[in-house]
Amino acid sequence: MALLSRLAFGPEELEEMKASMNSILTYMDELNQYDTEKVEPMVHAVEQYNVMRDDVPHTSFTNEEALLNAPEKENGYFKVPKII
Amino acid sequence: MKYEAVIGLEVHTELRTATKIFCSCKTSFGAEPNTNVCPVCLGLPGVLPVLNKKVLEFAVRTGLALNCEISRFSKFDRKNYYYPDLPKNFQTSQYDLPICEHGHLDIEVDGKKSTIRITRAHMEEDAGKLVHHGTSITDSDYSLVDYNRTGTPLLEIVSEPDIRSAKEAVAYMEKLRAILQYCGVSDCKMEEGSLRCDANISVRPVGQKELGTKTEIKNINSFRGVERAIEYEAMRQAQLLEDGGTVVQETRTWDEKEGVTKSMRKKEEANDYRYFPEPDLVPFTVSDEYIEEIRRTLPELPDARKARYMAEYGLDAYNADYLTNDKDRADYFEAMVAAGADPKDAANWLMGDFAKLLSRDGLEMKDAPVKAADMADLLKLITKGTISGKIAKQVFSEMWTSGKTPETIVKEKGLVQISDTGALEELADRIIAANPQSVADFKAGKKKAVGFLMGQIMKETKGKANPQIVNGILTKKLSEQ
Repeated sequence: MALLSRLAFGPEELEEMKASMNSILTYMDELNQYDTEKVEPMVHAVEQYNVMRDDVPHTSFTNEEALLNAPEKENGYFKVPKII
Repeated sequence: MKYEAVIGLEVHTELRTATKIFCSCKTSFGAEPNTNVCPVCLGLPGVLPVLNKKVLEFAVRTGLALNCEISRFSKFDRKNYYYPDLPKNFQTSQYDLPICEHGHLDIEVDGKKSTIRITRAHMEEDAGKLVHHGTSITDSDYSLVDYNRTGTPLLEIVSEPDIRSAKEAVAYMEKLRAILQYCGVSDCKMEEGSLRCDANISVRPVGQKELGTKTEIKNINSFRGVERAIEYEAMRQAQLLEDGGTVVQETRTWDEKEGVTKSMRKKEEANDYRYFPEPDLVPFTVSDEYIEEIRRTLPELPDARKARYMAEYGLDAYNADYLTNDKDRADYFEAMVAAGADPKDAANWLMGDFAKLLSRDGLEMKDAPVKAADMADLLKLITKGTISGKIAKQVFSEMWTSGKTPETIVKEKGLVQISDTGALEELADRIIAANPQSVADFKAGKKKAVGFLMGQIMKETKGKANPQIVNGILTKKLSEQ
């Protein structure tokens, strides 16, 4: 789980996370008792459909604006650490 | 043992919209890095993506052309994975309710027809581009990211494992490309990445029902690559099994230069994309009226056009197939016919000299320097007997480089065919007199002698003599000798 979420935990934190995850799973078990066979899955919390826009271009960021939050940059690119 | 390959293809095609799928940034190819980006496609906090109407329209259009059922209710989902080409750490895609499902397309290889089922086609966003520092992805210290492509609309089209050979895979890709082009939804340039293909391949002994273990091949970026990569991988797997080994389920990359597939670094953990509904986008519904409206605007598709060429113009399946699997080529052909060219002649020229020069100059059909109407005029000059077929080739090559009309070239270079019987007879007499050996050969029954004398006449006239007339004159005169 930690690997999937790319998070690092200390031994104490791990214990804490374990307890908290377990309580979530127990709660899920409780939900599993109910028969949901005839319940339509809810795909969205808001009862709204078909919000779309026209295919018309608007101004984008300038390169400087795009890179304002970048911790590291080079030649107009975002610079990221070695990946594999 | 004899093995057969079982192949399914996942094709990604970039949709030709003006703006990205969820924001109003332009989709143009080749812009300065990180200039077609905004808070939405950079995944900045608090933004709200909104679906581009055109993307839905193109997806439905393609789905209909691929004989798919169009979902009346559809939604987007988040596909979670960590890789810096996605600034949000998830790709907005469609998981369990894709817009198109259960389609098919028909292919024909060496006279054998097959129907390839299409599992689904769904909308999603493209990722950014990584430039690796260093010589390869593995030995680079860091990478540079350009997010211009992030959010470009993609349609992912997934086939069932109905393909049985590399050739069938290429035929499927070509048919798919033709359909996408006809629908006007994509440029379909494999080299520029607007059409991409991943292949799932397994092999099994002929006659076995159960599927073998499959591998997924990535990084195929040409039609030739599709064929070579699949051929190689099927062979590799069959060899492995034959030697008593087993195929490992893995992702492999196609190395175009070496002509081999290579195991990509194994992932440390199982892929778990943890799909869940995208809460920032509301679901959408598609009405019957909307679908019918789009269906009405569908163009004549490649298969229908091919059938029409065979019925209307008397072309054979091979020629009709060649012409119709590229929309621009078929359009050009029809423009030639409309301008008065004989359909069969037009087809022959397009498949022959025309195709040769296109490939020599690395041009696409639409960039051809010769207009269809001029091509038709050229063919008419042959039919009328103004120039011979041989001279026509010379005129054509000149049209290609100078852009002049065939009439102008024929006039300027004095290429009009000599059909004047009197003049040709005179010339024939002279040539016969100068070549007594040929006459003797002819009398001795060597019919080839006519060819030699014909060659001499062509040389004298710089190829302008009407070959049918010369042949008649020579045969007559030689028999009279």
